[in-house]
Amino acid sequence: MININSLKYCLRQSTVSLKRNFWLAAVTSAIIAVSLAILGGFLLLAVNVGQFVTSVEENVEIGVFLQADADAEKIGEQLSNLAGVESIAFVSRDEGLNTLAKSLGDEVLLSGLAGEDNPLPDAYRVKVTDVALVSTLTDSIRTIPGVELADYGEELVNRLLKITNWLNTLFVGISILLALGAIFLIVTTIRLSVLARSEEISIMKYLGASDWFIRFPFLLEGVAMGWVGTLFSTASLAFIYRKLAVTLQQDAFAFFLRPVTALDKLLPIFLGLLLLGTLMGGVGSLISIRKYLKV
Amino acid sequence: MIEFKDVTKIYPGSDRPALQNLSLQITKGEFVFLVGPSGAGKSTLIKLFFREQLPTKGEILFDGKNIALLEKSALLKHRRQIGMVFQDFRLLKQKTVFENVAFALEVLGKSPAEIQEKVPLTLAKVGLTGKENAFPAELSGGEQQRVGVARALVKDPTILIADEPTGNLDRDTSWQLMELFSAINESGTTVIIATHAWDVVDRMQKRVIALAEGSLIRDELRGSYNDQH
Ligand SMILES: Nc1ncnc2c1ncn2[C@@H]1O[C@H](COP(=O)(O)OP(=O)(O)OP(=O)(O)O)[C@@H](O)[C@H]1O
Ligand SMILES: [Mg+2]
Repeated sequence: MININSLKYCLRQSTVSLKRNFWLAAVTSAIIAVSLAILGGFLLLAVNVGQFVTSVEENVEIGVFLQADADAEKIGEQLSNLAGVESIAFVSRDEGLNTLAKSLGDEVLLSGLAGEDNPLPDAYRVKVTDVALVSTLTDSIRTIPGVELADYGEELVNRLLKITNWLNTLFVGISILLALGAIFLIVTTIRLSVLARSEEISIMKYLGASDWFIRFPFLLEGVAMGWVGTLFSTASLAFIYRKLAVTLQQDAFAFFLRPVTALDKLLPIFLGLLLLGTLMGGVGSLISIRKYLKV
Repeated sequence: MIEFKDVTKIYPGSDRPALQNLSLQITKGEFVFLVGPSGAGKSTLIKLFFREQLPTKGEILFDGKNIALLEKSALLKHRRQIGMVFQDFRLLKQKTVFENVAFALEVLGKSPAEIQEKVPLTLAKVGLTGKENAFPAELSGGEQQRVGVARALVKDPTILIADEPTGNLDRDTSWQLMELFSAINESGTTVIIATHAWDVVDRMQKRVIALAEGSLIRDELRGSYNDQH
C-alpha cells in the first residue's frame, strides 16, 4: 500500500498540522528536548562515573603486612592460591621505607630509620580480579598465620559502590518519569490535531481511506516533534559536554576526573537519544490515534 | 448482488431491534428507494451494508461473499466500491469544491494527473462546472449536495448510497437532485436512496422497499411512498 502520492499527501498533512499547532508543537519539542537532555546528561555522567569506578577498581589493592618472623615466601604462595587474587607483589621493608620517604618528600628524616631500625614490616600488595570480592578476600587473608595486618581502602571503595548504585537508581527513575511526561505531552498535542481533523477523518473512512493512511500524518507529526526535540537536546548536550571536558582536562586539580572522550562510547548515547526521541514521538501519536481507528 | 439474509440488528444497550429478520436482494444496476417512518431502520440498513455496524444475526452477502468475514484489505475494497452521500453533505469547509472532490481520490492514493483529469469531468456530470474554486459556504444547499454527489461519484463506485440526500433541501432542488441520481443510475451505477420525500418517490416510479419498526413491510418494483392497496 506504500504509494508515492499517499506519502506526499501525508507529508503535506503533517506540515499543515504542525503549522496550525505551531506553539504547542514547539513547546512539546522543547519538553522532549529538556527531558532527553537530562536523560543524556545522566547517561554521560553514568559513563564517566563508570570509567572512574573502573579505574579505581583497577587500582584497588590489599596491603598485607607480615609479622616480623613470618615466612614471606610461604605466605606469598598461599596468597597467590586464593580465589580472586589477580597478582601479588612483594614489598620488602626497605623498599617500603623508600616509598614512604618519597611520598613524604623527606628522605633525610627517615634515613635514620634505615636498616635494623626500620619499623616497617615486609609486605605484599595484592591485586584482586573483582572489586566486589575485596572485602571477603581481605577477611580470609587476615586468617593466614604470619599475617599481621591486611587492609584496603575499605571506606572509599564501599562509598563508591554505594554512590554508583544510588546514581543508577536515580537515573533510571528520573528518566522514566521524564519520558512519561514527554509522551503525555506528545499524546496531548497529537490529540489536538486529531480533534482539529476529526471531521476529515470520519469522511476519510467513508471514502475508503486505509488505516495507515489516516494514521500516518499523525505518526509523522509525532516523530517530527521527537526529532526536533532530540536534535536540540543532543546539540546542546554535545556543546556543553565538550566545554566541560576541555575545562576538566586543563584543570590540574581534576586530574583524577578524566572525562570520557572516546567516540565509541559517546556515539551510542547520542544515537540512542535520537532513537528514543523518535520512538517517543511515534508511541505518543499512536496512543492518541488508536481510538479513532475503530470503524 | 446485495443480499440480506434474515438480518437482525440490535444495538448494544437497546432492547428493541433496529432491524428484524430482514431479507432482501438488490441486483446490479437497480434504483431503490428505502422508505419508512423515522426509526424504521433505513440508516441501520445502510450502515450494515457499509459494515460500519455488524448484524446481530443473519448474513449480508455482496457478490456472494459474507461481508462480516472480509479481511481488512477486502473490507477496504468493499467500501471503495460504495459512494456515500449524506443528508448534511459533510463537505470540508476549508477546502474548495475542486479540493473536496479531489479529496476522495487523494485518500485512495491517486496521482495528481488522474485527479486533474477526473475531477472536472465529474463536476461537469453533476452540473457544477465553473464552481471549482468556490468554498462550500458560498454555495446553495442544492449545489453543496451536488459536491457531495461528485465526491461519491469521482472514484467510479459500483453502488451509490444516499441517506436522506434531500433532507435539507427544498422541493424543486430535491427533484433536480433526484434527476441527477436517476442519470447516474442510467449510466450503470446501482443507486440506493433512503428518503422521506414521498412526492419524489411517487413520481419516479422506481423500486420501493418500505420498512417499519425494523421489518420489511413492502417491496414493490414500481412502488410509491405509501401503500396504494
Ligand atoms: N448507534 C445507535 N445506537 C443505539 N440505537 C440506535 C443507533 N442508531 C440507531 N439506533 C436506533 O435504531 C432504530 C433505527 O434507527 P435508524 O437510524 O436506522 O432509523 P431511520 O429509519 O434511519 O430513521 P430516520 O428516518 O429518522 O433517519 C431507532 O430506534 C434508533 O433509535
Ligand atoms: Mg436515518
